[in-house]
Parts: sequence; C-alpha cells; structure tokens
Amino acid sequence: MADTGMLLALAALLFTIGLVGILVRRNLLVMLMFLELMLNGVLLSLAIFTAHAGSAAGAVLIFLAFVVAAAEVAIAVPLVVLLARRRRSLDPGAYMDLRG
Amino acid sequence: MTLPLTTIVLLPLLGFLVNGLLGPRLGTRLVTVVGCGLPVLAFLVAVGAVMQLEAGDGAALVETLFTWAPFGERSLDVALYLDRLSAVMVLVVTGVGSLIHIYSVGYMKGDEGYARYFAYLNLFLFFMLLLVLGRSLLVLFVGWEGVGLASYLLIGFWFDDPAKAAAGKKAFITNRVGDAGFLLGMFVLYAALGTLEMDAVNAAAADGLLPAATATLVGVLLFVGATGKSAQIPLHVWLPDAMAGPTPVSALIHAATMVTAGVYLVARLAGVYQLSPEASLVLAVVGVATAFFAATVALVQTDIKKVLAYSTVSQLGFMVLALGVGAHGVAVFHLVTHAFFKACLFLGAGSVIHALGGEQDLRRMGGLARRIPITFVTFAVATAAIAGLPPLAGFFSKDEILWFALAGEQGGLLLFLVGAVTAFLTSLYMFRLLWLAFLTPSRMAPEVAAHVHESPRSMTGVLVVLALLSALGGFIAVPHYLEGLLPLPAVAPGRAAWHLPLALFAVALALGGLAAARHLFGGEARPAAALAARLATLHRVLTNKYYVDELYEGFIHRPLVWVADRVLLRVVDRLLMDGLLHGVASLARGSARALVRVQNGQLQRYGWLVLVGLGAGLLWTWPHV
Repeated sequence: MADTGMLLALAALLFTIGLVGILVRRNLLVMLMFLELMLNGVLLSLAIFTAHAGSAAGAVLIFLAFVVAAAEVAIAVPLVVLLARRRRSLDPGAYMDLRG
Repeated sequence: MTLPLTTIVLLPLLGFLVNGLLGPRLGTRLVTVVGCGLPVLAFLVAVGAVMQLEAGDGAALVETLFTWAPFGERSLDVALYLDRLSAVMVLVVTGVGSLIHIYSVGYMKGDEGYARYFAYLNLFLFFMLLLVLGRSLLVLFVGWEGVGLASYLLIGFWFDDPAKAAAGKKAFITNRVGDAGFLLGMFVLYAALGTLEMDAVNAAAADGLLPAATATLVGVLLFVGATGKSAQIPLHVWLPDAMAGPTPVSALIHAATMVTAGVYLVARLAGVYQLSPEASLVLAVVGVATAFFAATVALVQTDIKKVLAYSTVSQLGFMVLALGVGAHGVAVFHLVTHAFFKACLFLGAGSVIHALGGEQDLRRMGGLARRIPITFVTFAVATAAIAGLPPLAGFFSKDEILWFALAGEQGGLLLFLVGAVTAFLTSLYMFRLLWLAFLTPSRMAPEVAAHVHESPRSMTGVLVVLALLSALGGFIAVPHYLEGLLPLPAVAPGRAAWHLPLALFAVALALGGLAAARHLFGGEARPAAALAARLATLHRVLTNKYYVDELYEGFIHRPLVWVADRVLLRVVDRLLMDGLLHGVASLARGSARALVRVQNGQLQRYGWLVLVGLGAGLLWTWPHV
C-alpha cells in the first residue's frame, strides 16, 4: 500500500495536534477532547499496522481499545462536571491544591 | 504425703499475697493476724520438720518441687533440702523473724503503710527461707536476689525521703556488684562439676573431683558475692546506710538474718573451701580486717543505729574470720548468738527511739535507765553478751573464734591478735553506747524528756525473750550439733593447752573494754572529749568512716559519671546516634526541597515534563532502532 506513509503521517499529525492542544489550552473540557484526539491518532496507527499485517487480533484489539476509550470518557466527563461545580471554573489553574 | 519444707516456705508468701493485695481493705487487726500469724505458724512447722530430721538421725529431708530446666541428660531442679545446717538457719530465721514481726506491731502502729510493711516483711521471710532451704545454688540464688529486693523495699520504706530512697538504691547496687561474682562462681562450678546441688558439690569435692585451682576460683568468686550480702570490705558501705529503714527491719534483715546469708553460703559449701587453703586465707584476712575496721568506726559514731550497724559489720567480720580458719561450725554458732543479741540490741534501740519520739543521736540521750527500765535491762544484757562477758552467748562463740584463729591449723598469730584487739574494741564501743544512752546524766531536750515512755508490752515482751536468748544461747552447742556436717579444724600441735588461758584472756579483754568505757564516758570529767581533741586527726578519719564513701565517690562514681556524660551521652548518643538520624532526616528534607519545585500543581507543566521525558526516551532508543 503506497499511501501507508501518508496515513501514518496523518496519525502522527492527529497525535501532535492533541498534544499541543493539551499543552496550550486552559479548559478542562477542551483538554479532554484533545486527549481523545491523541488517543485516536494512536489507534489510527494501530489500524494501519493491522491492515498492513492482515491480523485479525489487531482488529479485535482496536475494538477493545474503543470500548476502553468510551469508558474513560464516561468517567472523565462527570469528574470534570463535579470539579466545575465545586470551583465554578474549568481552568486547571484553579485546582493547584496539590502543589508541593 | 506432707511437705513440711514447702509449707514453711509458702506460708510467708501467702502472707505477702494477702497483705500485699488486700492489705488496706483488711483493717489493722486482720493485717496483724495474717502478718504475724503466718511466720509463727512457719516457725512451728519448722520445729516439726527439725524434729522429723532428728527422728531420722540427721538424714537430710529432700522435697523436689519441679524440674525447672531440663536439657539433654542434665536438668536443673527446684528442690528444698533440710539438713542440720539449714535446720539451724531455718529455726533462727523463722524464730527471730517471728519475734521481730510481733515487735513491729507496736513499733509500726499507726503508720500509713502498715499493711505494706507486713507484706514486705513476709516477702523477705519467704525469700530468706528459699535461700536457706534451697538444695541447688540456683534456688539459693533466687532467694539471695529476693532478700536483696525485700531489703531494698524496706530500706526505702519511707520513700518520700530522698535520702532513704537513695540508701535503698545504694544497698541494691552494691549487692549487684557482689552478685556478679556469685554468678561467675556458679558458672565455674557448673562447668567443673555439672551440678549445682550443694550436697552433690560437697560430695564431689570430698571425692576429689574438684581440682584445687578450680576450688580456689569458685571459693573466691562466691566469696565476692558474700562480701556484698554480708557487708565485708570492700562492699560494706551499704549496710550503715541501710539503717534508714524502720528499726525492726534493721534488726531482722540487716543484723539477724539476711546479712548472714554470705556466711551461710560459705558454710554450706564448706567442702569446696576445705579444698582451698588459699580461698580460706582470703576469707580470714578480709574477715579480720573488716572486723577491726568496722569496730574502730563504731567507736566514734553518734547515731545509735550507726553504732549498731558498724558493730554488725564487725561481727560479720568475726564470722568470716571463723570461716577463713576453717571453723565453719563456729561461724554458724556466732551467727546464731549474734542473731539473738544483735536483734535484741536493735529492737532495744528501736524502743529507745520510740520513747524519744524519733531521736537517734546519742549526744541528745542519757539518763534513760530509770525511765525505760525494761529496755535498759534487756539492752544491758545484750551488750554484755556481744562484749563477750561469760556466761552470756557472745562469750562462747567469740571465744571459740579466737581459739581457732590462734590454735587452728589455718590460724595465725596475726589473725588472733587483730581479732583480740577487735574483741576489746567491741566491748569498748558497746559499753560506750550503753553509758551514753542510759547511764550518763540526761542531755535530752526538755520537751523530749517529758514524753519519754516505756514501749508497749508487745515490744518489751519480745525484748525480754531475746535478752533471755542472748543470755542462754551460748549453751546451745551449735558447733557440736553440726560436727557431722562441718568438722572443726584440727588444733595445731602444742597449742591444745592454751584454751583455758585464752578464755581468761578473752574475759579480760571484755572487762577491759567495760572499764575503759566507764572511765572514758561514765564520769563527769569527760576524758573522752579530751582524748578526741588530742587525737583530732584520727577522730576525724574515724568519724568519716575512713573516707571510704568519698574514695568510692572519687574513684568509681565520678569517673563513671564522667564517662557516661562525656563519652556515652555527648559523643556516642548525641554525636553519633542523634547525628546519624538527624543526618538522614536532613538529607531527605534537602532533596525534598529541591524536588518540590517540580510538583507545582500546574497540569500543563506536568504535560511538558511528560513530553520532555517522552522525547528523551525516544532519543535514547533511537540508536537501537
């Protein structure tokens, strides 16, 4: 497959956008979305390698990873909501209580 | 099957438990019944046991209670053993002990710690009986330590006075020094013979299983223990201070029974000492030195109990001298007579102190003979007995000691001469005490003099019984009774005929002491004060007890405190131990202070750090791709 390199570059791009987004944005919800972007970048690369190798196990692994990702979001979003209720803010700077 | 020996030992323990646990709730009357009744009962059982012993013609009674420590083929048993030697001791301990318990009823009346006092006294009796009846040295050692504990508790009985509490500690610690020797002696003996049962040890020694060098080592080491308990030089310092306890305690523990434990120990192991003339010589020299030294100190003491305390040290020295010249039976004889007259003297002194409302200073006594006549008469009898006037008890035992010091095979002229001078000094200081307390014109403060009263009948009755024993105790032929167990030493050839002249000489010594005391202290002219002034230096040295306490203070106590403070506390503890711990703690704190900057709570900063770590990891793995 000639466009494997392009697809991998797309996965790397998705990951990088997610990483940069997490590092520069100051909104917990948005950071969470960038986190998902990073995860999707990684999963995309996994899908590419699976297709490349023609492995059925890889396909199953991707579905499992999606289930985990869904579960993760189901926990992360209520956490963010609870935090926001407490401090009336989505800025992670409001939660610096664990500073050493 | 009846167990008389076990019963004898356990009765006082029962008294201790009842009075110790329930004391304050029982009420004075019941405490008295339990506290005095059980020792008297123990005495009666002891008489029964001794009669049983005699019915068996002196064959020892043995009661094995249990095996304490079995190992391999050997085992250490807890067993009680009654032969004629322990029979004498048991009768003295329970008999004199019971009398002193009864005396205490009057003396301690109204004291806050009445029940506690009787509990301790019974505890002492329990341990003393264990000491005397133990078959194995190990059981004896348990009793040995136990009486030390009881002694400590009773010296510091009035513990809210720091001086008295300190006296208790001094007694305990000084005894521990001796105990180290005792333990070592026990170890050596066990290593050599594989048994600690004293009848077996004596039998083995008689069969020649114990090498002479080992016997000397064991003998000297055990004697180190005895110097502690029996207040011999150089461990005598605790006994005079032990007078801080109640006076009946001084009579029971620090005169009649506990302090004679060392003498009993040596007599018990006579077989070992017979093998070792060297160890016996050590005993003789230490004994006679202690006797002389303590007698000179007793000459100038002004506290009535201190005089008696030094007198006790001196008399114990006589007993050890007797042991040293091989006359073990005679030592036990003197132990018995001494228990009678010294208990009588101490209890008499207690009666005087009681009459004067706590006054102990001889300089503020005098003229008591008419005021408290029963105390005076009994005290005078006991004084004459200890001074060695015939036919009172002390004459017989002391005369025999001097006789064997002079004529026994292991005796010597020097031992005899020092002993004779000490006998003279004994008579001198005892009659000095008698004159100063009872016969000279009164020097009492008027308000004290107005309240002088004779003690209650429970006290004077005991005094009379003890005075009778002091007078007649010499006719109990203890050495003869014990001869099967403790044979008397052979008399050196050519000296057998000296016995009668020696006895006359001893009487002359006693009378000379009496006359000297009467001359020095009896008259109005007070030649004693003039003599003290003329020999001021000597007088000062004696008053300060040869500065032995100061010597120990300077050479042992101070260096120990210095080492403890400068080396152990400041260097080892503070610098080394604390330094190590503080160092570890400050290392942790310092590194934490550096690392805490990383954890600043900013989520993004953590993200960057993760990124940096990720990048570094990638770079590091790059060459391996």
